[in-house]
Amino acid sequence: MFKITTEVITGEEAREAVEGPDAGAVVLFFGTVRNNTGGRPVNCLEYEAYPPMAEKKMSEIAQEISDKWSIDRVAMVHRIGKLEIGEVSVVVAVASPHRKDGFAACQYAMDRLKQIVPIWKREIWADGEAEWVKPDAVFFDVPKSHKTAPQID
Amino acid sequence: MNVTVKYFAVCHEVLDRSEEEMELPDGATIQTILKRLEEEWPEIAEFYEVMQMSVNWEYATENTELAEGDEVALIPPVTGGCNV
Repeated sequence: MFKITTEVITGEEAREAVEGPDAGAVVLFFGTVRNNTGGRPVNCLEYEAYPPMAEKKMSEIAQEISDKWSIDRVAMVHRIGKLEIGEVSVVVAVASPHRKDGFAACQYAMDRLKQIVPIWKREIWADGEAEWVKPDAVFFDVPKSHKTAPQID
Repeated sequence: MNVTVKYFAVCHEVLDRSEEEMELPDGATIQTILKRLEEEWPEIAEFYEVMQMSVNWEYATENTELAEGDEVALIPPVTGGCNV
């Protein structure tokens, strides 16, 4: 299961998608909305995605995991839209015969998701300002604000 | 030929539209689209280093040749998941 959704994510759907009699472990990772970034209070997050490409890239990540660990039971669900503090933005589920490979594959899936899956996050700060985020740094929020150096986290 | 061009995140915001149809000359590449956008939003050129492009849901380069009906997207640095 590889899905972009506007619905609340519980993880149950992803777990059910990967479970099976040959699994000795099911690893579930939940990404949740934190109340601050680098100490600056966050009010909420907004996610935007390119759904068909995002789901295609998720399936490619699952193929990479199959090639590396021979694990074929991987599910990824990412929520888009406005998310409040504490809500689940993403779930990765991996079922494997043994836990070690399951943990490794789950971490790999999440790392790759952040590299190649077209999903974007906008931080709405508690003070009302808003910024698009890029990996490890604030990108830019308005057309001409990029003249200053990116702020490294 | 006609292609669809999609804009996400900051591109969506700055260009104030999420997609459009573009009529391009035969032999056009993604570069053709980028140059056209640069006329409207000159600052975009500074982001081409970090921005990626896709054609029909696959990452592509500026030199990728386009065909009738292609779906092109500008992909700002992706930031899915959580901050961990």
